[in-house]
Amino acid sequence: MGKTFSKPEALSDAYTHYCPGCTHGIAHRLVAEVIDELGIRGRTVGIAPVGCAVLAYNYFTCDFQEAAHGRAPAMATGIKRVRPDLIAFTYQGDGDLASIGMGEIVHAANRGEKFTTIFINNAVYGMTGGQMAPTTMPGQRTTTSPMGRDVTTTGMPIKMCELLSTLETPGYIERQTLLNPKYIKKAKKAIKRAFEYQIAGKCYSFVELVSICPTNWGKTPLESLKWAEESLLPYYKLGEFKTPEEE
Amino acid sequence: MAKILMKGNEAIGEAAIRAGCLNYFAYPITPQTEVAEYMAKRMPEVNGVFVQGESEVAVGYMIFGAAACGERVMTTSSSPGVSLMSEAISYIAGARCPAVFVNIMRGGPGLGGILPSQGDYFQSTKGGGHGDYRLLVMAPDGVQEIVEMVMMAFPLAEKYRNPVMIVGDGLIGQMMEPVEFPDNLTVKPSNKDAWATNGMDTRGSKEKNIVKSLYLDPEELNNHNLTLKAQYERMKKEEIRFEAYNTDGDYKVLIVSYGTMSRVCKTAIDNMKAKGIETGMIRPKTLFPYPLQAVHDAAAKQSCKAVISIEMSMGQMVEDVERAVLGQKPVSWYGQCGGNVPSPEEVEEQVMALINK
Ligand SMILES: Cc1ncc(C[n+]2csc(CCOP(=O)(O)OP(=O)(O)O)c2C)c(N)n1
Ligand code: SF4
Repeated sequence: MGKTFSKPEALSDAYTHYCPGCTHGIAHRLVAEVIDELGIRGRTVGIAPVGCAVLAYNYFTCDFQEAAHGRAPAMATGIKRVRPDLIAFTYQGDGDLASIGMGEIVHAANRGEKFTTIFINNAVYGMTGGQMAPTTMPGQRTTTSPMGRDVTTTGMPIKMCELLSTLETPGYIERQTLLNPKYIKKAKKAIKRAFEYQIAGKCYSFVELVSICPTNWGKTPLESLKWAEESLLPYYKLGEFKTPEEE
Repeated sequence: MAKILMKGNEAIGEAAIRAGCLNYFAYPITPQTEVAEYMAKRMPEVNGVFVQGESEVAVGYMIFGAAACGERVMTTSSSPGVSLMSEAISYIAGARCPAVFVNIMRGGPGLGGILPSQGDYFQSTKGGGHGDYRLLVMAPDGVQEIVEMVMMAFPLAEKYRNPVMIVGDGLIGQMMEPVEFPDNLTVKPSNKDAWATNGMDTRGSKEKNIVKSLYLDPEELNNHNLTLKAQYERMKKEEIRFEAYNTDGDYKVLIVSYGTMSRVCKTAIDNMKAKGIETGMIRPKTLFPYPLQAVHDAAAKQSCKAVISIEMSMGQMVEDVERAVLGQKPVSWYGQCGGNVPSPEEVEEQVMALINK
């Protein structure tokens, strides 16, 4: 980043509605920087989820579609099949992607659809006020697990990168996080790689970003960063899970 | 143009291709799986797109994503599958995208049966999905007509930026009839640069396009719904299609019937005519917009004593017939479900009972 703040061309001037300290803004910026650097804004179509990022179409300056809850990967499939020359990315939360949209994401990945998914894992449903997500940690209190997530009845948190990596279809799967500048650099690298694989028509690409939700975690942004580092990262291990070269 | 002998389900696929739709997404379901099988073979020959989705839910959104890029798209399914697509249909209507859906109806509710039915009249004309939307719904009575309706559906969907639904039944899907694909129904796709997410470079624009159905501001959402309503009102003015059969004579009974059922009714009407009994029929070809005036006027005829809606359902269209007749004549219903298509004799019995009442 340069000394003076400059906004990527792929980001609009609109003020975001995200809560103070929320990492959605950082994720948006990284995606926008990558779009700029790859010079693909004019042929990119983003797909907004249902979740806190539902208004993402206001914050980017490329074409955008607004999906139903969980269905963005099916829409991206529709886009890429009829217009393979376009660049499509879905931007999805963990309720959207790992709960209601589990079917769509698994099958899109398994078909090897040539689009990119940015997966925001903040361990809760943000937009609806902090309910339990499939990614909520054991014992973590949410409004629908007020005594803490009971894994004997709700199961263990789902690790999407690990799950998708079991598919035999070639793909690029990586998990990074937005908790500090060092991590953010790596996250951007992963996002860029994901788009590059798509541009090359190589494979499906998926980047999970372990994120924070201070509002629904009931913590300050600083406390949230600390909690995520201590509680989420040991379970959601960072790194590259799968690359198309392996095959 | 020469006529070709084709099975209804295959003709649906071919009609879409002839109409310039090279994108087809579907999930198998009886009694229309042959459309998907035909497209799987045919689309590669024309450099088209065939995708078997993982569910009708996903297929609905593949259609949405593709339609939002401004490309012509179609899917075909049958009743339970259309229930699953209904979420997407609501979103597509809300986002004002053109797309074509074909429902080869089977008996319900639930898993029901796989035989012909007209049980999805309410689903297609009065909702299915949530919110204040309408579909332009067409109901063919045979293979030639389904071909023409499929071909017409694409420009109509584009004219209104709204999904078009074609409802047939298993008989139409399975029957073999000679068909032709009229050249004049091959209409070039309209320019969609004003709204489609086809990439800014594609349309040489610096402005992004957004395809969405979300309007958080109540005023904006109300206005959006008014825009949609204006389109539906325009359909009512410009798209009503129906056939009047044997309505010149002095009939005592007016039948209202559509699709396969209307063909049986025609046979019954011809049989009765041979015996000197006149019976008239209005056959709606569009179920929305509904030919209210035509039914009203045919019922108003002095000689007409009674109106009967004959459907392969437990009485769904009859509600629109009542809405058309407005109490001027008694309206009744006759029908069967489960795949039994009422016979001409049974139709005749119903008509005679009304005459002798
Ligand atoms: C079909 C459907 N079911 C439920 C909802 C309500 N809903 C909106 S957002 C949301 C959860 C979003 O959580 P997540 O995907 O984790 O994203 P975040 O808000 O945390 O970014 C739910 C359940 C909906 N809009 N549609
Ligand atoms: S609710 Fe959570 S995820 Fe949503 S904007 Fe606020 S902090 Fe971010």
